[in-house]
Amino acid sequence: MSYLRPNFRHPDLKTNEIGYTKADYEGGLSTLCAGCGHDSIGASILQACFELSIEPHRVAKLSGIGCSSKTPAYFLGASHGFNSVHGRMPSVATGANLANRDLIYLGVSGDGDTASIGMGQFAHVVRRNLNMVYVVMNNGCYGLTKGQDSATADKGSASKKGAPNPYEGIDLCEMAIQLGAGFVARSFSGDKQQLTPLIKAAMSHQGFALIDVVSPCVTFNNNAASTKSYDFVREHSEATGTFDFVPMKDEIITQYNAGDTEEVTLHDGSVVHLHKMSKELKLNDRSSAMHEIERYKSKGQILTGLLYLDPLTPDTHELLGTTDKALNSLTETQLCPGNAALQSINESFR
Amino acid sequence: MRRIEAVNDLVIKFANINGTGSASANNMFAKAVFRLGVPVCAKNIFPSNIQGLPTWYEVRVNEKGYLGRRGGVDLMVATNGQTMKDDYHEVLSGGYFFYDSSKPLPPGFKRDDIHCIGIPLTQITIQEYSDPRQRQLFKNIIYVGALAYLLDMEFEVFKDGVKAQFKGKEKLITPNIHALELGYQYAQQHYPDVCGLSIQRRDLNEDKILIDGNSATGLGALYAGATVAGWYPITPSTSVVEAFEKYCKRMRIDPADGRKNYAILQAEDELAAMGMVIGANWNGARAFTATSGPGVSLMSEFLGLAYFAEIPAVLVDVQRAGPSTGMPTRTQQSDVLAAAYASHGDTRHVLLIPSDPKECFDLTADAFDLAESLQTPVIILSDLDLGMNDTISDSLEWDDGRQYKRGKVLSAEELDNMTARWGRYKDVDNDGVGYRTYPGTHPTKGSFFTRGSSHDEYAAYTESSEAYVRSMERLDKKWETAKTMVPAPIANQSKNQSKVGVLFYGTSTHATLEAIDQMKQQGAIVDGLQLRAFPFNKDVEAFIDSHEQVFVVEQNRDAQMKTLLINELQTQPQKLLSILNYDGMPITADFITECMQQALTQLKVTPLHSDTAKRRG
Repeated sequence: MSYLRPNFRHPDLKTNEIGYTKADYEGGLSTLCAGCGHDSIGASILQACFELSIEPHRVAKLSGIGCSSKTPAYFLGASHGFNSVHGRMPSVATGANLANRDLIYLGVSGDGDTASIGMGQFAHVVRRNLNMVYVVMNNGCYGLTKGQDSATADKGSASKKGAPNPYEGIDLCEMAIQLGAGFVARSFSGDKQQLTPLIKAAMSHQGFALIDVVSPCVTFNNNAASTKSYDFVREHSEATGTFDFVPMKDEIITQYNAGDTEEVTLHDGSVVHLHKMSKELKLNDRSSAMHEIERYKSKGQILTGLLYLDPLTPDTHELLGTTDKALNSLTETQLCPGNAALQSINESFR
Repeated sequence: MRRIEAVNDLVIKFANINGTGSASANNMFAKAVFRLGVPVCAKNIFPSNIQGLPTWYEVRVNEKGYLGRRGGVDLMVATNGQTMKDDYHEVLSGGYFFYDSSKPLPPGFKRDDIHCIGIPLTQITIQEYSDPRQRQLFKNIIYVGALAYLLDMEFEVFKDGVKAQFKGKEKLITPNIHALELGYQYAQQHYPDVCGLSIQRRDLNEDKILIDGNSATGLGALYAGATVAGWYPITPSTSVVEAFEKYCKRMRIDPADGRKNYAILQAEDELAAMGMVIGANWNGARAFTATSGPGVSLMSEFLGLAYFAEIPAVLVDVQRAGPSTGMPTRTQQSDVLAAAYASHGDTRHVLLIPSDPKECFDLTADAFDLAESLQTPVIILSDLDLGMNDTISDSLEWDDGRQYKRGKVLSAEELDNMTARWGRYKDVDNDGVGYRTYPGTHPTKGSFFTRGSSHDEYAAYTESSEAYVRSMERLDKKWETAKTMVPAPIANQSKNQSKVGVLFYGTSTHATLEAIDQMKQQGAIVDGLQLRAFPFNKDVEAFIDSHEQVFVVEQNRDAQMKTLLINELQTQPQKLLSILNYDGMPITADFITECMQQALTQLKVTPLHSDTAKRRG
């Protein structure tokens, strides 16, 4: 929705550890529909970056095509952004990450962009374990072309157009777990309390982190027969637990009951605490995660929260054995072997 | 019976079964010619298959240095029963048919105008070796040894070649030399003075190398500082990235920690390969990919993005015979239009067209400078013939004083010192090229949003018709700038000598240059110009304007380069006469000469006679 944002900012706006205010993380004005779930996700991304004290220019935002893929223009205006082509963001993100491993890569995509046209690229970026956060703004429909069903629409769910979807819906979280993602979560655009710490943990995770966020399309898919409407998700979602993200530098002070809480230390030293509702779930056990997602699905419910976490999976750079330095920072002297070396190569062709 | 007699001017064709080790034996032969100081080029004519199908290896030996195919076979080495009949009939009258005489020639092999040389290759290997695999491998070496005798070649050169080839695997040296000797001795005993062909030592390969174009291209990318390669396997381009990786492993490992100063990623398809290249270039690394026609089709979407969002990219297209899967292991120059105009909407791409391995190296290195200077994709149009065959080439040279031209990229300091408002797509220098920034450069300045949707000078999304037209016109201005930066064509003469000219490019170059000489010997002068790039440099238009008739030689059915010339230049279409070869085999000089002669006779055009040219001095 286009609206005017006042230029005035409270002079005592809170700053984070690096002296930035939240205003420093804002982007352009959103042009999405009023009430669009995607704007709430953008707000959570902004909040997470502010709380993590990330310098905005150290983030690269990448997206494909669609309503979701427009959103990177609406947050982190001081970051470079790349609105690429439909379904191909993962490959652009891969090239960007190979070129400079020192930035934080935030991919934003939709359910059409990821689960249909981009399914191939999504699958392969997961299995390469690219160090990035991949947020799917999942509304079960193609918003920008006026509401056609997408591949994540649940079987039997009907959009505003009225016909129930006859096809099986794709579960991106289950796919990502199967393909080796180290961090897999599902959330809801209407639950900022859950979403913001999940984004923070995903950004601290080294390797591929998927957050599939159910994000209702208020214009085309927020009706009573839809399983991606605000009402349906609020009534039918169950969280794996409440969730704390403790950055590395903070002292852990809260006490939890043993047995109910699982604690995982991430690569950068931060700690994730999950206070589990479902005692069946073991965070670093693929089959347990798949089983729990399916168990809730069979009850007609959506399991949200952190679903799977393995902080030790090697990322693409580790798998390739590339240098610790950003490849785009290497100098000509480091890259060009010079004419003497070329002459010895010539010799091998004589 | 007539006998072809020739010294250092002959064509030998090997007919083999693929997957039997013949390629390395044949290569050993070609390399021996090279080491005797005689110019040589070898064409591997192979199937899209791993084992069991016919494959040929055609070696042209020519001390005048002609590197294209001549046409015709003087000596056939026939080891494949499947194709023996055809191979037999392909030999020129007076030529030689070398075959495995363990079994007699079947009925029907009754030519009385060629000389048969039967050597019982199978019998010899059965006597000498017990291991079937060894029998197969050494059979190939034995015929190489026999050829050494038949062609009067210095045997020491072969011995030295074996020693060099198996350096580090010393126990293989003696048996290989033994196999060479078996062949040599058999031929010596049974066929003295039978063969009128001879390869004699010269000193013509000083500063030359015998190399395939793809290796030179891979080296060009390495020397140009490419750090990222995303790719998808496809014949005949695969060996570009393989060569890049091979030399990176040698020369790009960080001495401090043993880690790689490069990243090569095999993508899931060509779309992703190009996406990786664009992402990496956007982020300030030099990145490239290599593919062939089918890959170009898939990459077209991304090429349009890179054109419109102005992101450098280097794409090596090693062309093969299309359309669709076509003939994947045969050569063609048939992606000219697909590459020049790849993608929907108004798009045009810079093409660089090498004709030999040295140009593969040089133009690949130049491609990175051009792509970054112009902030646009640059496509190198090679082909299977150039990419996968060993050709004599000038040595590769790198000027150590050369510096990479990274184009207009602003540093944090430059952003701080700017007084005017920066806009990513502002044409500050009036050359159509704006100033870009890499992600992460500055905490508060220089960020922008890259997109394939219409954008204004400040990279903001716009649906304003005026802003859209401004940006399309600026891209056109950039195209004009490109014309001044791409490599100029190479004229075969210092100034025009005839009213008839011939344009050619890539691997059509060598055969055309030879055809020009053939025409001259017959008294007709034809001026030649080798195209090396698109957009066309002004010299191309001047060349066409200053001739009455201009042949355009190319290896595709639809005269794609001619179409491009007519489309892009103010030239009269009827002036351009196509000479087209598109059977998947490299074009020959004989064919080009014949086409030129026929056309000139039909048109009643008399090119300036060489006697007249002489008189005019």
